[in-house]
Amino acid sequence: MGTTDPSIVDAVRTRPGILLVALVGGLLLVDLAAKLAGVTVGPIGGALSADRLGSNLWNGLVIGLVIGLAGIGLSMTYSILSFANFSHGDLVSTGAFTGWGVAFLIAGFGDVPVRALVTVRDAGDVSAGDIGAHILTAPVAILIGLVVAFTVTAVVALALDRAFYKPMRDRDGISILIASIGAALVVRYVIQFVYGSDRRGVTASVDASNLAFGPLGLSINAHELTIVVAAVGLMLAMHFMLQHTKLGTAMRAMADNKDLALITGIPAERVVTATWIIGGGLAGASGYLYVLLRGTIQFDFGWLLLLLIFAAVILGGIGSVYGAIAGGVVIGVVFTTSTIWIPSDFNEAAAFAVMITMLLLRPEGLFGGVTTA
Amino acid sequence: MSDDSSRPKDTEAPESATTALFEAARRSDLGLILGTLLLVYLVAALLTFTDGLNSVVGLMRTLTFLGLVYALSALALNLQWGYAGLFNIGVAGFMALGVYTMGIVVRSPDPAFGPPGFGLPLPVGIVAGMLVAALVGLIAALPALRLKADYLAIVTLGISEIVRLFLQSSAFDAFLRDTLGVGTGGGSGMGMPRNPVRELFLVDGQRGTPTALGDLVFGVFGAGGLGISNSILIDLGYIVVLAGFVIGFFVLLERLGRSPFGRTLKAIREDELVADSLGKDVNLIKIKVFVIGCALMGLAGILWFGSQGNVSPTPQFMPLLTFYVFIAVIIGGSGSNAGAVLGGIVFATVLFEGPRRAGATVRDVIDAETPASFADAVATLDPTAFLAFATDNIAPLQFVLLGLILVFIIHRRPDGILGDRIETAAAVDLSERPSEGEVDE
Repeated sequence: MGTTDPSIVDAVRTRPGILLVALVGGLLLVDLAAKLAGVTVGPIGGALSADRLGSNLWNGLVIGLVIGLAGIGLSMTYSILSFANFSHGDLVSTGAFTGWGVAFLIAGFGDVPVRALVTVRDAGDVSAGDIGAHILTAPVAILIGLVVAFTVTAVVALALDRAFYKPMRDRDGISILIASIGAALVVRYVIQFVYGSDRRGVTASVDASNLAFGPLGLSINAHELTIVVAAVGLMLAMHFMLQHTKLGTAMRAMADNKDLALITGIPAERVVTATWIIGGGLAGASGYLYVLLRGTIQFDFGWLLLLLIFAAVILGGIGSVYGAIAGGVVIGVVFTTSTIWIPSDFNEAAAFAVMITMLLLRPEGLFGGVTTA
Repeated sequence: MSDDSSRPKDTEAPESATTALFEAARRSDLGLILGTLLLVYLVAALLTFTDGLNSVVGLMRTLTFLGLVYALSALALNLQWGYAGLFNIGVAGFMALGVYTMGIVVRSPDPAFGPPGFGLPLPVGIVAGMLVAALVGLIAALPALRLKADYLAIVTLGISEIVRLFLQSSAFDAFLRDTLGVGTGGGSGMGMPRNPVRELFLVDGQRGTPTALGDLVFGVFGAGGLGISNSILIDLGYIVVLAGFVIGFFVLLERLGRSPFGRTLKAIREDELVADSLGKDVNLIKIKVFVIGCALMGLAGILWFGSQGNVSPTPQFMPLLTFYVFIAVIIGGSGSNAGAVLGGIVFATVLFEGPRRAGATVRDVIDAETPASFADAVATLDPTAFLAFATDNIAPLQFVLLGLILVFIIHRRPDGILGDRIETAAAVDLSERPSEGEVDE
């Protein structure tokens, strides 16, 4: 104890903000405990069922995994190409629309006109129930859709890189950031032009799709389970690729020290290509899974999600792949559990506030700026 | 860089009187701005002259209004980004803060007329709007001190979205009503106080009771004379006020830019380390310029949206608005005030209104029914039907065009139209050598 105390005092003296955050966090935890126990002491406490907390945490985990999956690509482009990619959110939408178009095509082929299927119900007059896209009734269609979402988005990301970013590899981060805003506009509004601007339902509802977990009082949807399995599977594949393949080592080297990597003879352009394929593909897959979770789709949902993805990446330390995953889960949990204390109008604002606080107090992220390792 | 080849042309002797005039206009920023406006008016007149003078003036009014408000916003952003290199992409949020504060301060306290306010005079509201925008800017400037430019971009975008979400929220509206007795109107927004320019022309702003000035103007240009509708004439009166504010912003920023403070700003933009080493308090200067810029954004928001009758957080203050203003600054060339004004006018007229008008004009010519969706348009295999669909859905195509232009400018002309000038580093222009006196060469 004697050795740790002075360092804590020093840390508090130099970083009063961290103390404040710790105090607020501690207060919220005490309040949460009081709420769960049903005790009310002044402003603290109230009533909160364990079921509600459990379902909040579970929903937060599911959303967080999707955000984290999207964050991997954003983090990779940031660490390897050194710019904040504002078109990443629209890559998320790209994957969702193309993936669901193909999933619909397989699920509803023959019964419904093709143009209504491929455009994710923009053309024609069919309901989501007619097509019947649900993991329990059309698992093959949903899985093939996921693969297509990954592939098409990877191709689009690579095409954007060749057309927009490759000519400006040696320019500063802000210039490329502005170009990425332009790319974002192009992608988003091509999507709107082709798929229309309405928000519409995508997934069909199926009876008895909930799996109840008795002791926790948790009710888990089959789609949520699919998302968790798919997201964790993709993350594990990513982990294996980074740690056990030559490409992964090269990527980590590029992210860590670009000049040194180039001197060592790492083929930079090949690594950049792989970054766009993997990062873009994961963004597309996460968009596809996000729609599976929400059940609706809209041309700019990825753009609206982008700030949450940024929040996740910043929280985990921009440039770190594992940080992005962890940050995604934290942001997802903040997003859903914040409704315990504040109206649900503000849960997005709460996630942004966490991001801004993080940038102010610890800009290197939760894991102290460990890049891609 | 890419314009080195075109540079020598400026010094060549012009071939005719018109080229001489063109060259002179090119060299003078004011000439370039006025020339662009004239060209826009000419095209507007060509597009609408068949519908009579009223439509011509009406279109000119719309274009001028948009051009001027974009110029105002671009000038404010240019102070932060062009002068100091602060990459603020929360412009929409600061504008919303300005105009909402103004609305809350000025609106009547009677809840019968929608969200209640404090019922104070308009000038108080305008000053309060600027102060609140400046205050939030001050809070946002804290990250500006320690963060890299791209982090600042994300933080300001986050702040602008937080502002929008708060204004959107009915819970926040109810909270304000309970504590301060004022409201934001939540998602449905709030009505704006009446424009004082209207009262110059109409007694108490009531239609049908013109003032002496109103009588004179309506008599000469209105129904009694040239046949321009009264509402357009009143709007033109407001445009004169806006033009005054643009000139005011311009003069303020030019003077600021030439002052020692402005030179320090540009030094920070070029090399922060050097400015720091030379004993300049980089952080304090950054805070100052960020706060001034945010106050000006608040004012620009008031002058723009405060004159539009009703404001609502979505979609008016979506981040897209920020990118519009950014495109305006980038077109003009960041760091140049004349470029910001020119960029604002070019963006609003050519890029923002232009495609919509052109699309509508082409659509009127095409004799085909619009297909219900893109897939239907493709399925017809008929180019006319596809064109009808494209011109009826010109808005998304316009954004695609904007994105391509943004990328193109960043690739080919990162300095914009007017950004490629030589900065005068010294207090006096050393390149203008006195023609007489000692020449020490």
